[in-house]
Amino acid sequence: MTSAKPIALVLRPARLVTFAPLVSLARLAPHGTIAALIAALTTLAPPAPPTLAQSESDIITEAPPPLELAAPYNVEAADTPNDRGQSITVRWSAPPVVEGVPPVSGYEIWRAEGSAEPADDYEGIEVGDAGAEATSFIDTRRDNSDVPPLENDAPYRYRVVALYQDGTAPSPWSEPVAAAHSMFHAGRAVALLVLAIFLAFLVAFILLAMRGRPLFIRKIAGLSAIEEAVGRATEMGKAVLYVPGSQEVTDIQTIYSMVILHAVAKTVARYGTPLIVPIGKAFVVPLAEETVRQGYLDAGHPEAFDPRNIRYLSDEQFAFTAGIDGIMMREKPAANLFLGSFFAESLILAETGFATGAIQIAGTANIHQLPFFVVACDYALIGEEFFAATAYLSREPRLLGSLKAGDWMKGAIILLFVVGAILMSTGAVPNLPDFFRVE
Amino acid sequence: MRREVPLLFTVVFGLLMIVDFFVPHPFIADWAQRFRDWAIIIIAASFFLGVANLVKINLHKVSRREKEWPFAAALLGSLFVTLFLGLAFGIADKGGIRGVFNSIFLYMYTPMQATMFSLLAFYIASAAFRSFRVRSFEATLLAVTAVFVMIGRVPVGNAMSDALNLPDGLTFASVQAWIMDFPNLAAKRAILIGAALGAIATGLKIVLGIERNYLGEGGAGK
Repeated sequence: MTSAKPIALVLRPARLVTFAPLVSLARLAPHGTIAALIAALTTLAPPAPPTLAQSESDIITEAPPPLELAAPYNVEAADTPNDRGQSITVRWSAPPVVEGVPPVSGYEIWRAEGSAEPADDYEGIEVGDAGAEATSFIDTRRDNSDVPPLENDAPYRYRVVALYQDGTAPSPWSEPVAAAHSMFHAGRAVALLVLAIFLAFLVAFILLAMRGRPLFIRKIAGLSAIEEAVGRATEMGKAVLYVPGSQEVTDIQTIYSMVILHAVAKTVARYGTPLIVPIGKAFVVPLAEETVRQGYLDAGHPEAFDPRNIRYLSDEQFAFTAGIDGIMMREKPAANLFLGSFFAESLILAETGFATGAIQIAGTANIHQLPFFVVACDYALIGEEFFAATAYLSREPRLLGSLKAGDWMKGAIILLFVVGAILMSTGAVPNLPDFFRVE
Repeated sequence: MRREVPLLFTVVFGLLMIVDFFVPHPFIADWAQRFRDWAIIIIAASFFLGVANLVKINLHKVSRREKEWPFAAALLGSLFVTLFLGLAFGIADKGGIRGVFNSIFLYMYTPMQATMFSLLAFYIASAAFRSFRVRSFEATLLAVTAVFVMIGRVPVGNAMSDALNLPDGLTFASVQAWIMDFPNLAAKRAILIGAALGAIATGLKIVLGIERNYLGEGGAGK
């Protein structure tokens, strides 16, 4: 053999190799007794024997320095911002990759109470683990966890233990840190700013409208057609069908649909036309009943209100759809109003209504269903037009003012788009999108 | 009082939810969460109202032998039979044998639901046929665009592009991708922004008591 082949002589400190199982044992033991004993024995334990040469012909020329398992560094713990407290975020830098040592397979995150640095490695508790790619961990209250939750304003220290195939490497303990609750969510400041601007527009235009300043609103064909549809139903001696969407009352479109329903109920009451309202969510039933009753009352015809026309069908989407299809095919309403939040049922309803020959007006803010309504209905209220209904129909100054405020807000947003596009394109403010990010 | 009390509740709870969005303090967050839990409980309890409404209306139809009353009878029969089976035998499968309630759900309700959903395919075809009729400039534009998008999304579009030896940027797939990613997406976002602003404005109007027509005459502050 002409050249000596160096041997990879790996001497790992036994303490690092045996750290994980010992710590596990220490956690089971009474505090400070067996743990201290094991720690002492580990420190005194002789190093593991070196790997022998593969053959006698291999000659050790110079033993390379032992490859130590690298620990995570730059371990920092800080209060998690913008939260209700009881949460600390730990960040660290991944240990450097050492040639010949397998990469980190994950991390354990340990927490120790108190501001003093723990006397030994076995104090504290493991509060969680993280994957090999992770560089941060949020220690917070978790359901079904044995880990005691953090107390606000109490000091804690953290360290991160890198897990290797052959052992573990703990980082030093971090500086003490305390969790605290936030009074304001700084990540939502821009949302508050936009809301404040919108409110300012709202107040300004409502005041203008109430002082008698005329506010122009373009003609919205779909809303103008509601009266026409009711009139047609009256002439034909048939009912008006009003579907307030298929979603729960927690959806703003369902709530607003109730507001429009009130206006429609008033109109049909004046004409003496029956109004059928099929409902797809049980909770909407009493709301619709009360709304329609109020509409009839306001029109001066409370006796014409028939509670049997407020019909709960089913909470199941297609059972609800089938129920409405049945009403359309059997009772043949002359006008169908689909105003609310719709999903896959939209086209089934609109096409069935078309087959019955009814005049159809639909409105929704669900943009994925708009194309269906546009092609299958006579009139469609697209997005924001749906939310303009009461202002358009009632011409009440305060509502008109709020509508105008929305228009101005849209103008401001368009202006922002143009300015933002220019700034981003020229590279003047590269971090502009971060400013508008809402957490 | 009939108008003021609901309005007061709306304003108080609505504002609390807005404050909760911006203030993560436990005092606000806990109360907001508590009210959200209440809402879930109230909504769950409302099923009784729904069933009561369903039974009342359909029982009335059956008892008076109104037109097509057998449909109402079938509905009531299905409701009570399913309810009885669910209450009497439970809804879980036992010993590897599917329960009656589950069988009804799997072998009756699910196929019926799928049937309703599958109607959508035919309705899309009939609605597309009507809307693609070339009657005006807009309808023509819609039809031509739709043809490009449809052909660009199926394998035959690629075959046609190859056969016609179209350059890379002008293949049917490229054209449909451009239509979907630029004009279509821009329009969708414009509608979305408008709708979102409308939703925010409506929420604020209701929470602040500006929109109160639903409370009846006088509620609007006339």
